[in-house]
Amino acid sequence: MRHRFFLAALSAGVLVLAGCGGGDSGSTGSGPGGLSVPKIDKLASLGAGEGEVNIVSWAGYVEDGSTDKTVDWVSDFTKETGCKVNNKVAATSDEMVTLMKTGEYDVVSASGDASLRLIYGGDVAPVNTDLIANYKDVFDGLKNKQWNSVDSVAYGIPHGRGANLLMYRTDVVKEAPTSWGAVFDANSPYKGKITAYDSPIYIADAALYLMKTKPELNIKNPYALDDTQFKAATDLLTQQNELIGEYWSDYTKEVQAFKAGNSVLGTTWQIIANLAEADKAPVKAILPTEGATGWSDTWMISAKAKHPNCGYLWMNHIISPKANAAVAEWFGEAPANKLACAQTADKNFCTTFHADDEAYFQNVWYWTTPIARCLDGRTDVTCKDYSAWTQAWTTIKG
Amino acid sequence: MLSAPLLWLVVAYLGALAVLLVSAFWTVNSFTGQVVKQFTVANFRTILTEEVYRNVTLRSLGVAAAVTVICVVLAVPMAFYMAKVASPRSRKWLVIAILTPLWASYLVKAYAWRILLANGGPVDWLLGGPGNGPGYGLFAVILVLSYLWLPYMILPIYAGLERLPDSMLEASADLGARAGRTFRQIVLPILIPSVFAGSIFTFSLSLGDYITVQIVGGKNQLIGNLVYANIGAANNLPFAAAIATVPVVVMVIYLIAVRRSGALEEL
Repeated sequence: MRHRFFLAALSAGVLVLAGCGGGDSGSTGSGPGGLSVPKIDKLASLGAGEGEVNIVSWAGYVEDGSTDKTVDWVSDFTKETGCKVNNKVAATSDEMVTLMKTGEYDVVSASGDASLRLIYGGDVAPVNTDLIANYKDVFDGLKNKQWNSVDSVAYGIPHGRGANLLMYRTDVVKEAPTSWGAVFDANSPYKGKITAYDSPIYIADAALYLMKTKPELNIKNPYALDDTQFKAATDLLTQQNELIGEYWSDYTKEVQAFKAGNSVLGTTWQIIANLAEADKAPVKAILPTEGATGWSDTWMISAKAKHPNCGYLWMNHIISPKANAAVAEWFGEAPANKLACAQTADKNFCTTFHADDEAYFQNVWYWTTPIARCLDGRTDVTCKDYSAWTQAWTTIKG
Repeated sequence: MLSAPLLWLVVAYLGALAVLLVSAFWTVNSFTGQVVKQFTVANFRTILTEEVYRNVTLRSLGVAAAVTVICVVLAVPMAFYMAKVASPRSRKWLVIAILTPLWASYLVKAYAWRILLANGGPVDWLLGGPGNGPGYGLFAVILVLSYLWLPYMILPIYAGLERLPDSMLEASADLGARAGRTFRQIVLPILIPSVFAGSIFTFSLSLGDYITVQIVGGKNQLIGNLVYANIGAANNLPFAAAIATVPVVVMVIYLIAVRRSGALEEL
């Protein structure tokens, strides 16, 4: 009796489910060779604001003074445009992709490991940059890049960028490292106190190191790895796992680990180095000789935006010199707008974060979603895609 | 026909489980992350054949078992004292003392332990200097989880023992039984179902936990982290669902085993 009841319940669930499914099979089915971008029109002209805008963003990107009274670039926007800002903070690129798929949000601050997925998934629309007055002041080094455009159609407005650096405790690590080799050295004296970023995208850091140290692997782009190259990178990381004390993804955790000395050497962001220094931890962050991976964030607009005008107004506002300077300074990254450098409270800010230092960013490989069609242009092999990277990351951590 | 609670059970609980089970047989488009609703056993094949999933499952089971054992060892004497030794007045305060930690947020407590166990932190200091403590790792996970779930073990045992009339203990003594025999024949039959009832909480909560591991677990990952990584980082819901069936299966087996002891009546 009881079993029959359970079965009935189970089959009821399955029926409900089958009823829900089958609706959205239209736009998928793009394979490695035949990735095509869903055709979505960009906004032709700007109308009046709709009164509100729904945003998905990284923590610290949309501040209305509720975190810190002095940190506020939302209130002015609402006052000027009449668009009320509803913000949803996402913790990871993948959460952003998931949230944007709901169609509930108008704009998103996507990193390069999310932006392409959003574009090819048909979740975001091309941006009519003519409608964004501040776009002309964005550094040229950020416009029409692999992660924010397809076939020179812009899909977003650059927000800011930064590099993943190598940080170490100056009191413990006596010999100042200059190479990523320091975190991959199997005989490292700092075994058990090395840290690494906890995300599949970290595989690119290993690939970048191999690109410079193992030329025979012929890696041209750390996000485009064929079977052999991928195996070399994951082998290197599996070996590195022995050295790792902990992996970090939460930046407050990393600050505390470096302050206490649980971690003495490993990857970091500029803001983490700044926070740790402010906390009196003897740390230093460098860009190693091999260069580094990094991020470049892009404001994108949903293909199903219910408030497109407010969305455009927001994208224009957030890269305006004043707002862009405020957000870059709060988050600790290089602003995208040239004119923002004159607006920062700390006059050395743009120098510290290398905002106009294209030579510095030449050595930075921005996060990009690995896809089966190799990003470096090779057509004779298929590359490992992001889901393969994810599964490999689980295996690396053991 | 179905009463309201039963309806809730069917729709919200069994329905959700059914959805979980069905979606575990789907897959995702590797690039756009859209769910592809085609039947495939690929997810389960990966879980069963890749060594890493076996290792993580065994590690999680080990942690859950260790936490449960530690909680039992600590909770039995405490609950016995509360139920049988303490005066009714202090009993009330003891119950409150056990419950108060539950008022604080789980995260606050886990982060507090992160600070306690940090290099050169209070635990290191008690043990004689930086690096002498356990640091972050599996041991820290077991320690913190035991701390977090201890009240869930104490309360059912306390409730069980409280129902044991003192007069029975006295009768046993009057009839000439020594302490050991009284414990075996009077206390234990009450105690065992209560311990199993408590162990359902500690075991299942530990088996599904992923936050404590992230905070004090060093580089370790448990089943919960794999589920989380596949929902969050990988956006691969079907695979996460497939992994999530592992603890469900474990718990079903555990519950069936425990049911024989009569523990489910203690809940």
